[in-house]
Amino acid sequence: LRFEPVIGLECHVQLQTRSKAFSSANASFGGSPNHYTDPYTLALPGTLPVLNRVAVEYALKMALATDCQIRRVSRFARKHYFYPDLPKGFQISQYDEPLAEKGRIRFVLDGETRSVSLIRIHMEEDAGKNIHVSGAPYSLVDLNRAGVALIEVVSAPEIHSAKEASEYLKAIRQLVRYLGICDGNMEEGSLRCDANVSIRPEGSTQLGTRTELKNINSFKHVQQAIEYEVSRQTQSIESGGRVIQETRLWDAERGTSHPMRSKEQAHDYRYFPEPDLPPLSVGDDWIETIKAALPELPIDRRARFIADYELSEYDAGVLSAEKEIADYYDAVVAAGADPKKAANWVTSEYLAQESPKISAVNLAKLIAMIESGAISGKIAKEVFANVFATDESPEEYVKRAGLAQISDENAIATICKEVIALNPKQVEQYRKGNTKLIGFFVGQVMKRTSGKANPEATNRLLEKLLHE
Amino acid sequence: VKITPDEVRETAELARLALTDEEVERLGRELDSILVFMAKLASVDVEDVPPMTHAVSLDCPLRDDAVGAQLPVDEALADAPAREGDFFQVPRIIAHDKEA
Repeated sequence: LRFEPVIGLECHVQLQTRSKAFSSANASFGGSPNHYTDPYTLALPGTLPVLNRVAVEYALKMALATDCQIRRVSRFARKHYFYPDLPKGFQISQYDEPLAEKGRIRFVLDGETRSVSLIRIHMEEDAGKNIHVSGAPYSLVDLNRAGVALIEVVSAPEIHSAKEASEYLKAIRQLVRYLGICDGNMEEGSLRCDANVSIRPEGSTQLGTRTELKNINSFKHVQQAIEYEVSRQTQSIESGGRVIQETRLWDAERGTSHPMRSKEQAHDYRYFPEPDLPPLSVGDDWIETIKAALPELPIDRRARFIADYELSEYDAGVLSAEKEIADYYDAVVAAGADPKKAANWVTSEYLAQESPKISAVNLAKLIAMIESGAISGKIAKEVFANVFATDESPEEYVKRAGLAQISDENAIATICKEVIALNPKQVEQYRKGNTKLIGFFVGQVMKRTSGKANPEATNRLLEKLLHE
Repeated sequence: VKITPDEVRETAELARLALTDEEVERLGRELDSILVFMAKLASVDVEDVPPMTHAVSLDCPLRDDAVGAQLPVDEALADAPAREGDFFQVPRIIAHDKEA
């Protein structure tokens, strides 16, 4: 009997608004403890929530970018639990009438386009941060993060491998970064992920008992935690046991997970409509405005790079991964560079630099100079190394450094003749059939011209002269 | 409708309320009468009545995303029973009940 994993992911995306979801306290990451609070954040009596317009806008961006249906009227709800990082004793979230439903996340898995359905995207607020002091009889609480705007993106249980889960999560990260609504920094917790994992006999359509995995804060851990959980559940069933519905905490250092709490009790959140917030209305105008301003999405851009520019899957993936890089690459092509050559330059040279300054126009010029034979490909790399940090015009640099390619065939022929005259032994071997030695002669010509001789002409002239 | 003492205790537990047996008995009775009232409402025929989504009909007001005044940290911590540096100090949290 073979088992198939069934995985659903819940992703919390911290929206990068300046102020918090329901009050004007600072929403930045990394402030000194408890420096970003106001009376509302602390749940002081008499304070009321006022929703941040930009938070709604960001949530709508994500909802529209994932083809969700937008509820024209959605509602906030209180989710109750007691924990020191939650000053109000409840979290404002959305429950039975979320902002958006029924979308999908598209991504590429092993060269194939996959689409995983979304059940919903809803808005909520973040909790503060607890610091457990090892050995101490107390814990510490920092409320800077309390009240920061979040969206929760809930997938259908349609993911069937750890790798697919990791690719799905990467697609979400890429998307929120493209949309400019979240920095996607998993280490700092601005993108967090819980996984619901179950297994079932292959071919079955029924869902098995699931466990919920928490605390998985990197792509690597998502993959490891799910792989671990699938094999744990498989072993449990194969040895005659059963899977217990529970929440498990991933321990990245040990590479294992352990149960957190029994679920039935803890999940009684006593949701009820938030009485302090009227229903949120989103008009068609607002939706249309946001839709019109959406950027080309990474998966579409990747497909366009393959279709229009005939790039490899790999190059298209690299070039569409980040919006800034994709914009840059598009600009190099728009400046007249051959798309494939531009792709090579951007992926191998440009992206190898820490913070390249060379403009798209100047990179296109550099590529054009190789095309026109003004410089060789080898010299071009030298030019790039000297201009990428300053954005000096490559033409000027070539002039200044005296690197222009020697394309005058008489001049090249003269040098070729010199090289042939100086190396009679190699000439003899070449003429006896060791034609690989052509590389040696080309190298000698390049050495004498500091690499400036036109390589095509050099090859051609050497062959001609050696056969004379 | 009949609320059992166990249901009262469970609800109290969720709300972190400690009830005496007398209170469980009294609150059970009071909750019962509330549920009887709700059942009466539920029996009303509202087939042709449009749903009322809120007591006052208004849209959720939205504010601009601007950072306002922050509480000075000493004021934020002024009522805390205990602090350590700029942190609130609370009884040790056993990591078993945490939500995202």
